[in-house]
Amino acid sequence: MLGALIKGLSTTFKYLFKKPVTVEYPEVKRPVRERFRGRHELKRFENGMERCIGCALCAAACPSDAILVIPAENNPAAPNSPGERYAARYEINMLRCIFCGYCEDACPTNAIVLEHQYELSFYDRKSSIYDKSMLLVPVDKGHGEIPPVLQQLNRRPSPPAQIDL
Amino acid sequence: MDWIAILILLVRCLVLALASTTLFAYFTLFERRLLARFQNRVGPNRAGYIPLPGGKKLFGGVLQPAADAVKLFFKEDVIPALADRWVYLMAPGFAVVPALIIWVAIPLGNWPDGNGGNWLHYAPIDVGILYLLAVTSIGVYGIAIAGWASNNKYSMLGGIRASAQVISYELALGLSILGVVMQSGTLRTEGIVNAQAGMWNIVPQFMGFIIFLIASTAEVVRSPFDLVEAEQELVGGYNTEYGSMKFALFFMSEYIKLIAMNAIAVTLFLGGGSLPGIEQASAAITASYGVTAGNAAMGLMTLGAFLIKTTLLSFLSVWIRATVPRVRYDQLMNLGWVILMPLALLNVVITAVFGVVFPVGAVVPQIAMGVIGLIVIVLTTVLAAPKRTKRGVTLVRSQARN
Repeated sequence: MLGALIKGLSTTFKYLFKKPVTVEYPEVKRPVRERFRGRHELKRFENGMERCIGCALCAAACPSDAILVIPAENNPAAPNSPGERYAARYEINMLRCIFCGYCEDACPTNAIVLEHQYELSFYDRKSSIYDKSMLLVPVDKGHGEIPPVLQQLNRRPSPPAQIDL
Repeated sequence: MDWIAILILLVRCLVLALASTTLFAYFTLFERRLLARFQNRVGPNRAGYIPLPGGKKLFGGVLQPAADAVKLFFKEDVIPALADRWVYLMAPGFAVVPALIIWVAIPLGNWPDGNGGNWLHYAPIDVGILYLLAVTSIGVYGIAIAGWASNNKYSMLGGIRASAQVISYELALGLSILGVVMQSGTLRTEGIVNAQAGMWNIVPQFMGFIIFLIASTAEVVRSPFDLVEAEQELVGGYNTEYGSMKFALFFMSEYIKLIAMNAIAVTLFLGGGSLPGIEQASAAITASYGVTAGNAAMGLMTLGAFLIKTTLLSFLSVWIRATVPRVRYDQLMNLGWVILMPLALLNVVITAVFGVVFPVGAVVPQIAMGVIGLIVIVLTTVLAAPKRTKRGVTLVRSQARN
């Protein structure tokens, strides 16, 4: 009994000098996996055109009805997207979104992508609705055919090991 | 006693009450940070810090007790509809007052006031030890009353458990203190401190010290003897129905009692506020700066020594809390009645025999007594260890059932 007590006390005493495993969140941020599904982004083509053609398939696929797409005809002189139409309004309610990624799967042009930003908090319900100006990436952030994040879908899932810091 | 003396006394009492409350507040922080480190965590380190050059933060979390207090103050104060209203409201007071008045009989140091008194010892009464024992056990009334008045079965069970536990361990506690009293030949707390000038009581009364540590942990219903508030069984125990500041008062009384128990252990076994060298240093200061400065230096140094020793024992409490799992109720009663009480009686017998046979203050017999105590403790842990039951499977021919 005494031996067990001493063993236990020495074990806890050893832990006193170990580095805590806590990640002190606001200062230290844990990296997410490559396939992490966070805040959405509306991508652009390399030439700066919007990928979204306003087809509203994402809204149809959304199980929680979080997406609102109101399409409009492109102006042929200065088109917003390569198709006939573009999304005049594109809104996602972040309180409804369950981050399932079905919109990503449904999108025919790979326009909507769930990215790695996960710090989504608001002071009121109104600001939980992210509109197109917040979701659309800047003009110079366009890229080629498949967005890099979606390329990961062709690879094996990242291993479920603990992420080293 | 003229009014100035009364005023001084009032101010002193206020200082003592505030000091013990502050001690409680920072003990909770001490415990939470330390417990966190024992469990590989960081603990509360956000509320307040001392900024250092280079963006470093020192003492992260120094304002955590204040933040907790503010939070508890502004919580909703609920009184259960079927509770016995006035008893329910009075119970936290019953719990916290004994915890606060324990401190008056403990010599927190030696700061001579020039008239033969001591600023740091509030009530130098002749039966100081009896007072300490009485007040520490009176605290259980608060818990029992709270359990009853809440009109909640979990609270009730917690209250009953607390009374049973405290009554059981009081015997062992009192008997372990009896050894110290016989060793020092006085019931005055400052007399016991003075009697330890040659050798601290922990050496001759080693067995008593161990018994006191265990019994005092049980007396303040702290882990591993915290069956009173065993969350898995009793939700929150006697304070299930208490919230806001009333809960804080229970919490406070528990922790102040714990610190007070450690302070009593320091007084009885670890020589109170004495450390070698303090006498000489204060004598030197008296010689060069006068009597008042010498007395003040003496008081501050003895107070510091006392607090350091109490902190070490508190560290031990936290360490034990981080290590030992909660005992079962039958184990608790078994330990109290079958093991600790006979051991404490044996300690009294050994002290009596040594006191009669050997002259007072002889060093070798005292060490011998300590060694005997150590041997007895080790033997007890070996002999009283729970037997490992052999688990085998017995095959029984099954009866055909029709």
